[in-house]
Amino acid sequence: MNDTLRATGLFALVALLVLGTGVFQSWNSALLILNMGLVSALMALGVNLQWGFAGLFNVGVMGFVALGGLAVVLTSMPPVGAAWAAGGLRVLAGLALGIGTIVGAVFAWKRVSGRARGWIVAVVLIVGFFVFRTVFDAGVEAVEAVDAATSGYLGGLGLPVLLAWPVGGLLAAGAAWIIGKTALGLRSDYLAIATLGIAEIVIAILKNEDWLARGVKNVNGLPRPVPYEVDLQADPAFTERAAGLGLDPTTASTLYVKLGYSVLFAIVLIAVLVLAQLALKSPWGRMMRAIRDNETAARAMGKDVTGRHLQVFILGSAICGIAGAMMTTLDGQLTPTSYQPLRYTFLIWVMVIVGGSGNNLGAVLGGFFIWFAWVQVEPLGQALMGLVTAGMSEGALKAHLIDSVQHMRLLTMGVILLLVLRFSPRGLLPER
Amino acid sequence: MDLLNAFVALSNFVLIPAIAYGSQLAIGALGVTLVYGILRFSNFAHGDTMAFGTMVTILATWGLQAMGVSLGPLPVALLAIPVGIAGCAALVLFTDRVVYRFYRGQKVVPVIFVIVSIGVMFIYNGVTRLVLGPDDQRFADGERFIISARDFRDLTGLEEGLALRTTQGLTVVTAIIVVVALFWFLNRTRTGKSMRAYSDNEDLALLSGIDPERVVRVTWLIVAALATIAGVLYGLDKSYKPFTYFQLLLPIFAAAIVGGLGSPLGAIAGGFVIAFSEVGITYAWKKVLEYTLPERFAPDGLVQLLSTDYKFAVSFVILVIVLLFRPTGLFRGKSV
Repeated sequence: MNDTLRATGLFALVALLVLGTGVFQSWNSALLILNMGLVSALMALGVNLQWGFAGLFNVGVMGFVALGGLAVVLTSMPPVGAAWAAGGLRVLAGLALGIGTIVGAVFAWKRVSGRARGWIVAVVLIVGFFVFRTVFDAGVEAVEAVDAATSGYLGGLGLPVLLAWPVGGLLAAGAAWIIGKTALGLRSDYLAIATLGIAEIVIAILKNEDWLARGVKNVNGLPRPVPYEVDLQADPAFTERAAGLGLDPTTASTLYVKLGYSVLFAIVLIAVLVLAQLALKSPWGRMMRAIRDNETAARAMGKDVTGRHLQVFILGSAICGIAGAMMTTLDGQLTPTSYQPLRYTFLIWVMVIVGGSGNNLGAVLGGFFIWFAWVQVEPLGQALMGLVTAGMSEGALKAHLIDSVQHMRLLTMGVILLLVLRFSPRGLLPER
Repeated sequence: MDLLNAFVALSNFVLIPAIAYGSQLAIGALGVTLVYGILRFSNFAHGDTMAFGTMVTILATWGLQAMGVSLGPLPVALLAIPVGIAGCAALVLFTDRVVYRFYRGQKVVPVIFVIVSIGVMFIYNGVTRLVLGPDDQRFADGERFIISARDFRDLTGLEEGLALRTTQGLTVVTAIIVVVALFWFLNRTRTGKSMRAYSDNEDLALLSGIDPERVVRVTWLIVAALATIAGVLYGLDKSYKPFTYFQLLLPIFAAAIVGGLGSPLGAIAGGFVIAFSEVGITYAWKKVLEYTLPERFAPDGLVQLLSTDYKFAVSFVILVIVLLFRPTGLFRGKSV
């Protein structure tokens, strides 16, 4: 009973904070915080599945989130016909050859035995690599030459954007499978380093492969699952209803659009939360926690520890991918340069640990709470620094101090993480 | 066929840069591997420890430059390194006292240490950015080249030039001194031996009266020195930017794991393996091949296996291969 009371109280507090933002700042920023809070909560649920249930340490959340963002482009943008005609098939053939090479090498490694094995695998890889590059590079060049200023990429499939969310999950799951296959079953820090690496590589691919998603030129104007503000403002029925509520059409339309996103995100979050809760309370969830608490004992009971770890690692990463796709949909554009590990990996970790690892509700709470803090620390810091520097004369030091406020967030997050780990390691809502 | 020019081109673009980069990685990886051997966790804050030590060094360098100090052809930063090491050592010892010691007392599992080190990383990163900002800083001065490409051409009459930058020469010399000093310390001194004993078997070391807190303090001192030196050398050779140091974590960890975590010799070997693969795979081989192959076979393209943007992918792939086939690394490190 006490736990329920505590959870209700804390969630009410977060609701109050968001409502307070609405009353004292603006409802638009309150809804912005709410929407990103919903997305963050979903990411935190994914990480909690891996860390809280299974004790797997994933520091590549950013990579999975970015893969979700890529999925939005690949699914929902209209295909660029000229680019496909110029070299689309060639690019696909090149990719197929590349994958074929790797599969061939694995096959050769498994089938051939004896001394020749290493050489055969090496030959397969080297020949395959050069064939891949010959086919692939020409295709890429042709695609990127097509109208480079506005497109220069293959475009997507032109499907409804909501479909991109599960696709984002699938992409992330695929990447997680590759990582899990190599690094799980080894020491726990190896998984951390491997995920750190894959995240950097995903971002490098997004930045450099222009044929895929335009690289640093960004993809703008992604389709939206909610109506456009301009259309709403042009709709007489909408403006009339807005006037009935005492709002001007511009504010009403932005609020309407943001609320639309909130509803969609809330549906996904609640669905995943319910599933995660059911999983936690099922025999599967108990098995996962048993493995986490004592691997040797679980193995002695005949549990396939590495297999279960792989399973939960893929599930958690897929949730991060879905959240990433939702976030890119909300932004309406894919900007590879905006993916920073401190923001997309470690911030999510702070959410899980502050919220209470092993407790799904805790992860959701942490997601909202830390996101709110992340958004609000900056204006607070600015105000504080303004107060500190008020008495100073104008000069380099004052400018430097005021300029440095934007870095306060990192420091604050680090201090919060360390304080919670030290004094309340089980988080705001401890695992039961 | 012109093997001499081919070799000069190869040295200029592959061998020299890779040796310099490999030395920087090796010193960085030595720090990671020492923390792993003695304190038994992967220190994610290592990149930012390097950034912090370098930052202190840069501030001291600027101070010295303002006072008009000059080392002639060598960069003034060399004089400032001790200040950087002292600042960095103070920071890591303070961190150990207020953060890590508590968890050592609790005997928590290694992964908690890793998470704690991430929190520490956040804080170091924030401090560095608060003080010096997130932008590029240049602090190298003195002579730029030991020998420049043009001088080399004039000297030898060869078609290809060979440039050896002062910072590259400095890196290699410093790396050799640091490694020799470290190995002498670990193998010959009483404290070094007690560190190795503690790393090999904690219980036995405690039984023979080794003070664990002292071992930990000495380790942090050495790690601070290594991190600062690696960071300053990298900053002199390339440029100083806090985010680059965070990104160096991946090649450094790859180097330490490839060599075998906990093995100092492995860290050095790993550093060079990673550096040579990274430079070799991202280098455009066109020039070297033009000199070595008969004219008929001269390549059309750049013969660059991967674009330089994917250099992290190289260390990652090597890491994955080692994890798949030899998880304990080349030199049989620890595998807990």
